[in-house]
Amino acid sequence: MTETMAPLRKTALNAVHRAAKSKMVDFGGWDMPVDCCGLIAEHMAVRTAVGVFDVSHMGDIQLRGPGSLAAVQHLCMNDASKLAVGQAHYSAMLYPNGTFVDDVVVHKLSDNDYLIVINAGTREKDVQWVRRTIGHMPGVHVNDFSDYYTQLAIQGPRAAETLQKLTPTDLSTIKNYWFTWGQVCGLYNVMIARTGYTGEDGFEIYIPSDEPTSARVWGEVLEAGAEFGILACGLGARNTLRLEAGMALYGHEISDTINVFEAGLGRYAKLDKPEFVGRAALLEVQAAGGPGRKLVGLEMIERGIGRDGYTVFSIDGKRLGEITSGSPSPFLKKNVAMAYVPGEYTALDTEVAVEIRGQMVKAKVVPLPFYKRAKKSA
Amino acid sequence: MAYPADYRYTKEHEWIKVDGNIGTIGITDYAQNSLGDIVFVDLPKVGDTVEAAKSFGSVESVKAVSDLFAPVSGKVTAINEELKDAPEKINADANTTWLLKVELADAKQVDGLLTAADYEKFTSEETGH
Repeated sequence: MTETMAPLRKTALNAVHRAAKSKMVDFGGWDMPVDCCGLIAEHMAVRTAVGVFDVSHMGDIQLRGPGSLAAVQHLCMNDASKLAVGQAHYSAMLYPNGTFVDDVVVHKLSDNDYLIVINAGTREKDVQWVRRTIGHMPGVHVNDFSDYYTQLAIQGPRAAETLQKLTPTDLSTIKNYWFTWGQVCGLYNVMIARTGYTGEDGFEIYIPSDEPTSARVWGEVLEAGAEFGILACGLGARNTLRLEAGMALYGHEISDTINVFEAGLGRYAKLDKPEFVGRAALLEVQAAGGPGRKLVGLEMIERGIGRDGYTVFSIDGKRLGEITSGSPSPFLKKNVAMAYVPGEYTALDTEVAVEIRGQMVKAKVVPLPFYKRAKKSA
Repeated sequence: MAYPADYRYTKEHEWIKVDGNIGTIGITDYAQNSLGDIVFVDLPKVGDTVEAAKSFGSVESVKAVSDLFAPVSGKVTAINEELKDAPEKINADANTTWLLKVELADAKQVDGLLTAADYEKFTSEETGH
């Protein structure tokens, strides 16, 4: 393997993953479990019961001080003035040309305190971007808290029952994309957020990142979920789960060459906000009649799996674009993909061809997301 | 992992079991384990020829696609039709779940392949354990 590269970074649970014989991969410079006990089994556990992921490689940037709201508003495209304390939302940091620095989840911790959760592979770039973009603004202090937390994602229809066994906090009072602080596994003031990246109900908890605490909580979550069939899950299942749910992954559906409208994320860009980085460029795209290409969902009609980077053609052989993420869907038992194609090929049921190792294999445009969980009747 | 002593192996992780002039070919336990859940196998047709060390098809897991390389040259006499609907059988038992059978063009090619002991040594070096 590549011995000359910088040593891989490890989460506090690395030894636990290795002891469990999880298959490890280099993910954005991190030594992470990709497959713990079988990708399909892990995927199905999250869709039908519960699974737990170590997502400590994600980054956490805190903006604090009386100028923090103004800083978040300048930095991110969603409208953070709408957030209540204890509420979070999906957002993104953009370059001035309207393409992505990263997609993020913004949490309002208090009136003068925001936590921005960022992707692992873009951590350094993001932190530098934040310091460069808002560092000069008055009344805001930027802290990189990425290494302070072990972040666990407990996901699936039985996630609430699992976590409830480990906390006195009534989890039923936490709505989707809200969070609170409570005691978890005997640890005080743990941030408990009803967020995730799987398309299922679930929670993300932020615990101290020392190894003994991280290993103990990981073990207690697995034990609490055992009666529901909990599985430790790797990045492989995380990827197929988010793909089924039509969620973007940086470097795939979103990047510094793709703008917000192309990615279909315009609903999170609040252009009625007076100002944010990238707004002027997005207004121009809008004035020009929208983006020329758009992200679509594809389902393979013929036998074959369209994968990341494969080229998409029209039926008459014109090159349309590329698949950004493609995989068999373990839950839907179909081969699905997301791809960028010109506007005139985005209508549902449009047939296209994916070049799979020299062969043209037919696919059709289908709605995104591929999978949507049934809404619980309240 | 167990590698039957009467099979021969390639560095691309295929096995071959020779019986007379017929070779039965599969992928190793090491290969199925590295690939993870196998969802798709693409094989040649009966009557096609395969060439030693050349790709003859592919095997796909949820997360990756991997080429299959022929341990020997020969004409395909049978393919395992079961794998079309149940490719996961390879994960369950890679040593007995064969992919195809070939009529050997040159039986001496088999002698150039790895023994079980050689292959086991090779995989342990590859994983760095």
